[in-house]
Amino acid sequence: MRLVLKKRAPLPPWIRLLVPLGAILVTLLLSAVPILAAGGALWPSYASLFKGAVGTRYNFLETCVKAAPLTFTGLAVAFAFRAKFWNTGAEGQLLAGAIAATAAGVASSNLPPLLALLFVCGAGFLAGGAWAAIPAVLKTKYRVDDVVTSLLLNYVMWHIMGYLLFGPLQMPGSSWPRSAAIAESAHFPILLAKSRFHLGIVLALAAVFVVWFINSKTVFGYQARAVGVNQKAAAFAGIGVKSVILKTALLSGGLAGLAGVGEVAAIHHHLLMDISPGFGYSGIVIAMLGQLHPAGVALSAFFFSGIAVGAQSMSRITGVPTYIADVIQGMALLVMLVALLLTEYRIQAVRD
Amino acid sequence: MDHILSATFLTGLLAAMMRMATPIIFGTLGEILSERAGVLNLGIEGIMLMGAMSGFLTTLHTGSLWLGVAAAALSGVLLALLMALLTVTLGLSQHVSGLGITLFSTGLAMFIYRLSVGSPVNPPTVTPFTQVALPALSSIPILGEAFFTQYALVYVAFLLIPVLWVLLYRTTWGLAIRTVGENPFAADTVGISVPLVRTLCLAAGGALMGVGGAFLTLAHQNMFLIDVVGGRGWISIAMVIFGNWDPVRGAAGALIFGLLDAFQLRLQALGVDLPFHLFLALPYVLTVVALVGVSRKSSAPAALLKPYRREEKG
Amino acid sequence: MPTTVMTERIAVRSPQKSPAVRASFPVKAREQEQVPEPVVEMRAIRKTFLDVVANERVNFSLRPGEICALLGENGAGKTTLMNILFGYYAADEGEILIHGKKVSFASPRDAIACRIGMVHQHFTLVPSQTVLENVVVGSSGGRFFLDMKRAREKLCALQKRFGLAVDPDAPVWTLPIGGQQKVEILKALYRDARILILDEPTAVLAPLETRELFDTLRTLAAEGCSIVFISHKLYEVMEIAHRVVVLAKGVICAERSVSETDERELANLMVGHELAGKTATARKAGAALLSVSRLTVRNDKGLDAVKDLSLDVHSGEVVGLAGVSGNGQMELADALFGLRVPTSGTIVLDGAALPDGNPKSRVDRHMGRIPEDRMTTGLMLDLSVEDNLVMEHHGDFRRSGMLDREAIGDHAEGLMCDFGIKADGRRAPARTLSGGNLQKIILARELSADPKVVVAAQPTRGLDVGAIEYVHGRILEARDRGAATLLISEDLDEIFALSDRIAVLYEGRIMGIADRKYATKEQIGLWMSGIRDVLCA
Repeated sequence: MRLVLKKRAPLPPWIRLLVPLGAILVTLLLSAVPILAAGGALWPSYASLFKGAVGTRYNFLETCVKAAPLTFTGLAVAFAFRAKFWNTGAEGQLLAGAIAATAAGVASSNLPPLLALLFVCGAGFLAGGAWAAIPAVLKTKYRVDDVVTSLLLNYVMWHIMGYLLFGPLQMPGSSWPRSAAIAESAHFPILLAKSRFHLGIVLALAAVFVVWFINSKTVFGYQARAVGVNQKAAAFAGIGVKSVILKTALLSGGLAGLAGVGEVAAIHHHLLMDISPGFGYSGIVIAMLGQLHPAGVALSAFFFSGIAVGAQSMSRITGVPTYIADVIQGMALLVMLVALLLTEYRIQAVRD
Repeated sequence: MDHILSATFLTGLLAAMMRMATPIIFGTLGEILSERAGVLNLGIEGIMLMGAMSGFLTTLHTGSLWLGVAAAALSGVLLALLMALLTVTLGLSQHVSGLGITLFSTGLAMFIYRLSVGSPVNPPTVTPFTQVALPALSSIPILGEAFFTQYALVYVAFLLIPVLWVLLYRTTWGLAIRTVGENPFAADTVGISVPLVRTLCLAAGGALMGVGGAFLTLAHQNMFLIDVVGGRGWISIAMVIFGNWDPVRGAAGALIFGLLDAFQLRLQALGVDLPFHLFLALPYVLTVVALVGVSRKSSAPAALLKPYRREEKG
Repeated sequence: MPTTVMTERIAVRSPQKSPAVRASFPVKAREQEQVPEPVVEMRAIRKTFLDVVANERVNFSLRPGEICALLGENGAGKTTLMNILFGYYAADEGEILIHGKKVSFASPRDAIACRIGMVHQHFTLVPSQTVLENVVVGSSGGRFFLDMKRAREKLCALQKRFGLAVDPDAPVWTLPIGGQQKVEILKALYRDARILILDEPTAVLAPLETRELFDTLRTLAAEGCSIVFISHKLYEVMEIAHRVVVLAKGVICAERSVSETDERELANLMVGHELAGKTATARKAGAALLSVSRLTVRNDKGLDAVKDLSLDVHSGEVVGLAGVSGNGQMELADALFGLRVPTSGTIVLDGAALPDGNPKSRVDRHMGRIPEDRMTTGLMLDLSVEDNLVMEHHGDFRRSGMLDREAIGDHAEGLMCDFGIKADGRRAPARTLSGGNLQKIILARELSADPKVVVAAQPTRGLDVGAIEYVHGRILEARDRGAATLLISEDLDEIFALSDRIAVLYEGRIMGIADRKYATKEQIGLWMSGIRDVLCA
């Protein structure tokens, strides 16, 4: 016996919308295995997960808060992957954005709020974009594999941040790796009372729209798609492949940088070593689960944020370690991949 | 500067180089085996972490170091088989599947570790491997202590380099592996099962990666920390490219990396007035620089990243 | 692990199974000497891919020492049928008998065990490995270590016996295409093949190399090998085969002994009507619109593939560039298309030099470019038909910075109508179109803007007869409108059908240029083999 893949006749397009939902459902079902292994009772675990994620106003808004950086990193990865620029360095770009935002935020104490916000966001966007430009230039100029370089650069940026937090950016008089606080004028305003629902969430939604607009309405969006689909044919058609990849990297890294900006300007107001619990890596999963579509990215970012927030209350109630969120995240990506495959092929058992 | 030239410094540096290089040699050899058969295994970072975790926990509970190594190898094989299912059987994107395996197994490793030990104030430790001095060889001045007074797994790693070379270039299996990686259609038409070869290579490669991870928690250190692998998987992939998919050259790259790593540790210890975080970043930066140097000339296996399906027509 | 299932057939063959045997029943003993038992019998073979029927109720047999030609146009199902015999595809229905025994092949391994070998049209070689490595791979017989010494002896013995000279230690990529084919044949013989399938083996060869191949095949047949020769070239079939089986639309439509048929009948059988034999009428050429001078281009290995080449193409003429595959055609086309930077030389289009390695300049100056590989270079299969039609000029469909989807749609509708592109709407992914319709997308995109210069590389490769006629018609039409057309083709018949002048590319150089009116296939064939005729006055 062996399994063979047989190509299917094309399925109607609405199936594509159902695929992520199906994948999420299967993932949640599979999550029963680690939950049971951790000794959690199934029903209370799922209930507390759900309640913790969206069960109360506060929890729901917390999920939104955490979804903001995930949306940014998810968009960053999706935008890059669409042009087959394998940007796996959103984590490092996020850190670069956070560092620049901190430096800008600390320096903008004399600026009026609007200007300070623009300054902080601009600095974070540029820093993230510049950091992403490195693998893009190495890829187009020296044909260095972009996956490997962008992953390695994550570690480099992490150590640079360590250096800065123990050196130039360290809060004067502190022995902890922690920066000085950014100016109040640079804080993202809180938009809803008794919550942490901040400006960054609105910015993330705006970014979703902007990326959708670029992808589907502009000449650049067409070119990026062409480069992603078939680089050789794109070059043949006279599209400047290198410049498309570089521009894609700048925008992608910039989006990831904005994730870092939000964490500094809206949540912590300082730079800390653990400013990101791996938002950049989660972005890869979110982009895939959202099928690289901006709206899909926003939805799956919300889903993963809910899992992460909900896992905390589940952990308090049932004792299942919070790392269950990371397990679910990894599983979701794998399940999604298989689900996507099944839209094009069916699996048949063949007797030899 | 006198320190740098002294014999004890040199011995210490070389010995540390061997230790630092060992997990990367395991990773590099494992990755070479996978990639020579045409599959890029980006799951390596997660597989090494799972190896580190499962090796550590097994030794913690059984007290046997070698059982820990075996458990690490087994976990590597299992994850690599999952990778094979996704990329070989189902033909999914190797990039995305590999990253998925890494994310999944990173989460799983931390989850299982927490589950097993809880959250104590002081993380549990094991009695790690001790160095084994090889008779005669270890008494060579300077070099003996550096190269021949090492952990058993270090010797294993260095023995595996020629073993893999011979396997690839001097055996019928190696020729089959290389053909599958270069032109799977050619392999298929001479009766070599492409999925079987790819799956076996991934599995064997996964075992090596797992053991590489276990070295970190059972010899290099004696405890499991979440960032214990710290990008060594990605470094291994870089070394595969640097070594142009050749085991000997890949291992040489790993040794250079080990030397750098050992050197930056020693410079820190000597109190050279440079921020140590930048030293920590140095090996990664130099790896990227090395890739820039070789990438134009490098020749990856022609079928790398390409799934193979027989009935593609229609 | 797949295994061969061999079931013994009933010991006594029932005579009514085969009409030939029944007819000769009274004189069976004597007849059998003349018409020996078939080595291969394929019965009622059916094979579908998705809902496309590739083979239907096909009965095919092969006798020892016989060269049987499998004739049919592209897409007739010849290769699929032989891939089934080779165990590469599994048939949906039907059975295969080898020496009268029913077999079931799960993979080529099982077919090889039955001493079947196949030389695929796209070679199954690893370019970076040596000839010897390519030959021995997978034939270990259970040994773990490679025994290169023994392998070399066996290979050399085979080479002596069949006159297939190639250096065992040469990396395959250094061999000319004819040499690579020899490696493929040696690979099959090394596995003791007695049934040899060759898929379009002459498509890549120069006439002289074809001679050599035919000699080898005759030697093999004389030694008792059975050979299946897949082709769509009638005169070759008439020359080499003993028997011809004609396949059309997946069904066997005729079977003839070569002695009792002729090319005309075979052509009729193959395409259902007589070939029109359309040839271009020579026209008066105008000014040189495309001038290539002293062009040198390197291949991917860094070696000079095009050497100091100069060529002018004038308004209103088709220059056919003939040559055996791998003599620099691809590198020349890439340089002309702007995909490859030449090391020296210039390309001038209508008086202005084109910048090196810049496809955009070709697009801007309206060079009609038909690339050799339409699937990977000419088209984006994952994009829609309309997006493919504006691949080059999408910048023209801009309205206040955005893509004007409406205008793109109208543009697509117009071209699909003009060029008869059959698709499930303009939004259908290009992947869903047939080969002929894909080529029509390229023609529509490249020729509708009335280009002054057209460069077409292998424009009809892999297309069926109807599509070929259409492509030829469009190319001649462009010429008649005054375009200077360079036709790069390995198909000599196509070169003769379309060209006003014929040039031959050999090892990166032009061997000679002849006016079509005075050129003969013999002379062009000699040039293709690198032989310069001394007699020519």
